[in-house]
Amino acid sequence: MSEEPVILFDKVNKWFGDFHVLRDIDLAVAKGERIVICGPSGSGKSTMIRCINRLEEHQQGTIIVDGIELTDDIKNIDSIRSEVGMVFQSFNLFPHMTVLDNLVIGQHLVRRLPKGEAEEVAMTYLERVKIADQANKHPGQLSGGQQQRVAIARSLCMKPKIMLFDEVTSALDPEMVKEVLDVMVDLAEEGMTMLVVTHEMGFARTVANRVIFMDEGQIIEENTPGAFFDNPASERAQSFIGQVLHHQ
Amino acid sequence: MEPILKPFKEQQAPPLQSSGFVVWLRSNFFSTWINSLMTIGLLWVIYQIGSFVINWGFIDAVWFGESAKACPNVHGACWAFVTDRWRLFVYGLYPSELRWRVDVFYGLGALTIAAFVFSFGPITKRLRLTMFIGFPIAAYILLVGGMVGLKYVTPEDFGGLLLTVVIAAVGIFASIPLGLILMLGRTSELKVISKVCAYYIEFWRGVPHIAVIVMFVALLPIFIPDGNKIDIVVRALIAFAAFNSAYMAEVFRGGLQSIPAGQFEASKAIGLSYWKMMGYIILPQAIRNSVPALVNTCISIFKETTIVLLIGFSDFLGIIQLSLEDPKWLGPPHIFSSAYVFAALIYFSFTFGMSKYSLRLENRTNVDH
Ligand SMILES: Nc1ncnc2c1ncn2[C@@H]1O[C@H](COP(=O)(O)OP(=O)(O)OP(=O)(O)O)[C@@H](O)[C@H]1O
Ligand SMILES: [Mg+2]
Repeated sequence: MSEEPVILFDKVNKWFGDFHVLRDIDLAVAKGERIVICGPSGSGKSTMIRCINRLEEHQQGTIIVDGIELTDDIKNIDSIRSEVGMVFQSFNLFPHMTVLDNLVIGQHLVRRLPKGEAEEVAMTYLERVKIADQANKHPGQLSGGQQQRVAIARSLCMKPKIMLFDEVTSALDPEMVKEVLDVMVDLAEEGMTMLVVTHEMGFARTVANRVIFMDEGQIIEENTPGAFFDNPASERAQSFIGQVLHHQ
Repeated sequence: MEPILKPFKEQQAPPLQSSGFVVWLRSNFFSTWINSLMTIGLLWVIYQIGSFVINWGFIDAVWFGESAKACPNVHGACWAFVTDRWRLFVYGLYPSELRWRVDVFYGLGALTIAAFVFSFGPITKRLRLTMFIGFPIAAYILLVGGMVGLKYVTPEDFGGLLLTVVIAAVGIFASIPLGLILMLGRTSELKVISKVCAYYIEFWRGVPHIAVIVMFVALLPIFIPDGNKIDIVVRALIAFAAFNSAYMAEVFRGGLQSIPAGQFEASKAIGLSYWKMMGYIILPQAIRNSVPALVNTCISIFKETTIVLLIGFSDFLGIIQLSLEDPKWLGPPHIFSSAYVFAALIYFSFTFGMSKYSLRLENRTNVDH
């Protein structure tokens, strides 16, 4: 790869108090790459991807996102956050606004689009996630799957270069998982750079270029999805896959 | 088929209409013998109180008169005292030829309240904001004057209900924005600011209000150069705003804490700056969640205005007390009790209105979510 990576972790360490949550993380993500991150609960998956848009701060090492190093400089943080979209397990839509306003507010306040233009963009993305007919409802009136699709659309409205997904289907009833995953597959096909924390192996196999397995704050294993799921090298990955397979 | 259909039809009759009032009474008030006993006991108590109130407050009461002599019957209320003195109670010592200004002030106050009670469609928000900012300014110009052709009236002449309402209004209108600022300061990531705000809040919450008022009135002239030029009423108002803003800050902090961390994270993730996040996402939700506690604080601010009595002001309660010492009305204790019952009714009607308003808001926010 001659091209520079869009995300680069170099010997990144992080502690919560005394607890060493990320240990010497090295990771390079190329443009358009789709990475699935898995591992047992508490292994630091969320913490790692939250460092990318600085919802968490790292204490050692360097993180470079789209050529900008993450430091305490507020300007950097803002410009990186406008490049990186994030979708959460618990949707986190703004409950006091309509669905449409949830999508408009960021465009209007951050990208400084006039309201009318922002609404047009919002409607095109709502159509893409097949939920345009709910635009004037409040988030509380929508099902979990619908809310999560709105959350994805809200991120996409900001025209991010990178999308982070943190267990976005874990809080959903089984029958709604597919509608959300379908949206993510579409997005992958368009060439979006994606980091996805998930235990959905089917999704990982069809979409991911690479699977990263984490345990106790370290990256234990990296491989193509096929090789990783069928033939994990480490014992920890073997037992993890055994458990996940057992569940699905 | 018929035998089966018939009872079925009977069951369909609405239960309340066919069984009626007696059954409703029985199932709600006389279901067990303990229940029946309590119902009868309660009815007896209600009857006793009710007949006393009607006899004392209406049948045996004296409504008009010019001195204590008008009320010889000690077993009836002496409303004559109130009807004789109501101007003093309502306007205090405000110059009588300028009382129209107080009337306009009360009218504007009523309009402001109406703006918050009723909904006016799409302009509601803007209207409320205009009233919230405009009313205090208009009130100041009207009541104090000294500009736009209005004669100056010293605040020391305020009194009675006017003073009570002014103190309460200043307490409420100043402490809401100050409280919001203090809360933002206290939750700020800048250590210095958050410490200063935390100590400020803890200090005012921890000191008895009486001490605060006395302290301000006595010490402010010493602290601030030319402080003795600050009107004594204004000093009391500053003290009032100072400690009530500390309470409001805690009210808003409670509302802030009810906002899930995910709201902050989602706001940051779409790139909102701190102020935009607070202004558009967090505070609108936090303030809405604070409303019940906020109204509660407003009620106690209203009742607490009576502590200015201690520094020699004649607020509503104070002016009633003063009038009771008037030789014309010195007399048997039933004049006293009538006067205080009247005061209690007035305070109650204000606070009751506020708590009804808060209940309505609570119900409305429940529907929203
Ligand atoms: N703000 C925090 N303060 C202290 N400890 C934290 C904090 N956030 C996370 N942790 C701890 O750090 C560890 C890693 O957390 P993280 O959320 O990154 O794990 P995860 O791999 O995403 O797990 P899960 O699959 O349960 O989401 C956990 O042990 C967690 O308890
Ligand atoms: Mg997690």
